Amino acid sequence: MTKPRLTREQIAHRAAQELPDGSCVNLGWGIPNLIAAYIPADVTVYFHSENGILGMGSRATPGEEDPDLVDAMKVPVTLLPGACFFTQADAHMMTRGGHLDFCVMGGLQVSEKGDLANWKVPGAKGSGGIGGAMDIAAGARHLIICMEHTTKDNEPKIVKNCTYPLTGLECVKTIITDMAVLDVTSKGLVLREVAPGLTPGDVQAVTEPKLIVPESVGEMRLSNVAAAV
Amino acid sequence: MKQKIYNSADDAIADVPDGASIMFGGFGGAGFPNNLIQALLRKGTRDLTAISNNCGTGDGELGILFKSKQVKRVIASFPGPKSNYFQDQFAAGEVELELVPQGILCERMRAQGAGIYAFFSPVGAGTEIAARKEERVLNGKRCVLEAALGADFAFIKAYRADTLGNLVYRKAARNFNPIMATAAATTIVEVDEIVPAGGLDPEVIATPFVFVDRVVQAKTLRS
Repeated sequence: MTKPRLTREQIAHRAAQELPDGSCVNLGWGIPNLIAAYIPADVTVYFHSENGILGMGSRATPGEEDPDLVDAMKVPVTLLPGACFFTQADAHMMTRGGHLDFCVMGGLQVSEKGDLANWKVPGAKGSGGIGGAMDIAAGARHLIICMEHTTKDNEPKIVKNCTYPLTGLECVKTIITDMAVLDVTSKGLVLREVAPGLTPGDVQAVTEPKLIVPESVGEMRLSNVAAAV
Repeated sequence: MKQKIYNSADDAIADVPDGASIMFGGFGGAGFPNNLIQALLRKGTRDLTAISNNCGTGDGELGILFKSKQVKRVIASFPGPKSNYFQDQFAAGEVELELVPQGILCERMRAQGAGIYAFFSPVGAGTEIAARKEERVLNGKRCVLEAALGADFAFIKAYRADTLGNLVYRKAARNFNPIMATAAATTIVEVDEIVPAGGLDPEVIATPFVFVDRVVQAKTLRS
């Protein structure tokens, strides 16, 4: 029997714990877009948007939307005190120049060296699109990838070498999945935490490269977020 | 003195020829020069090269120029799954696409505006977008040579202009607009309001008037 894995919300909740008070953070599409909802009330994170905002607050409520104040997914947002506007060039100066504390993106594949593939599925219809992903991959100070641990067919997404079109080389520092938290190091992938109910062996079984498993591996803390049913 | 204020969007773009390359500002529904785009649709200018972050949302923004088949080549970072007219023509091989990472698109235009011919950057090194580009290892990292990117025209949207062409923007509607203003041979801007020179606080002018050639006042069109 397959052991239950975490929900996308639980992955986002675990990722939110990586972001300290006062940090400046860019969130990408997919699971990362869920993270803002899990920042604790006593923690202030200054969210960055590629279209030139630092210090985005919560989503705008009905009636307070302003079509000139939207995030990178076109969602109307609000501003925290101290928020600022700038050009798209300055926004990417912040991502590529390593000025943000954390960038969080979704992933299709991550290699054991931290190579990332996340912009195009081979054979997919349409033009594909890069957006800011390659700039972020090239220059982020600390890049976190949030994704499911395997494909829908239970194939590993953490691989020895990416086979999907690459976004960037040796750029990922931390991987947070529905099974584990892993750190990319010069020695290889270190298993930092496993999801409740899972063992390091469960994670290794669906991970292509050999994991470095320390003597003590923590358990992902996930209070107050609904588990899979 | 050169008069920069035009009476209508149609007048402001009247000399854009077939085959022109045009930068279009805007991102996420904000800061698109929709009145200038509509004027280009009315004029029917063809064989355009469009430089913009995306390729429209349905009929919105640049979408109508693909619907009317006025664009033959695109330089963009994220054409977008909702750019259905572009996607259909791309699939049929009717329109060419050069995909550029979003920040590099900015920097290539910024280089053009700043008189820099090319620069090395690590963005995209080892990926398919760097194929056929010159590479060099700098500070131990693989870097690719990126060329400056200019255009015949920039169509941009600002909030207010003065009669000299100084511009201020509104919130996240700034995005690509100030960058494109520096990178084109002729920059045409639509604004909500035009005030006399001296009517804008010099401390907050985001695009100095030297970058602006034509200004037209038009009500913000949302699409």
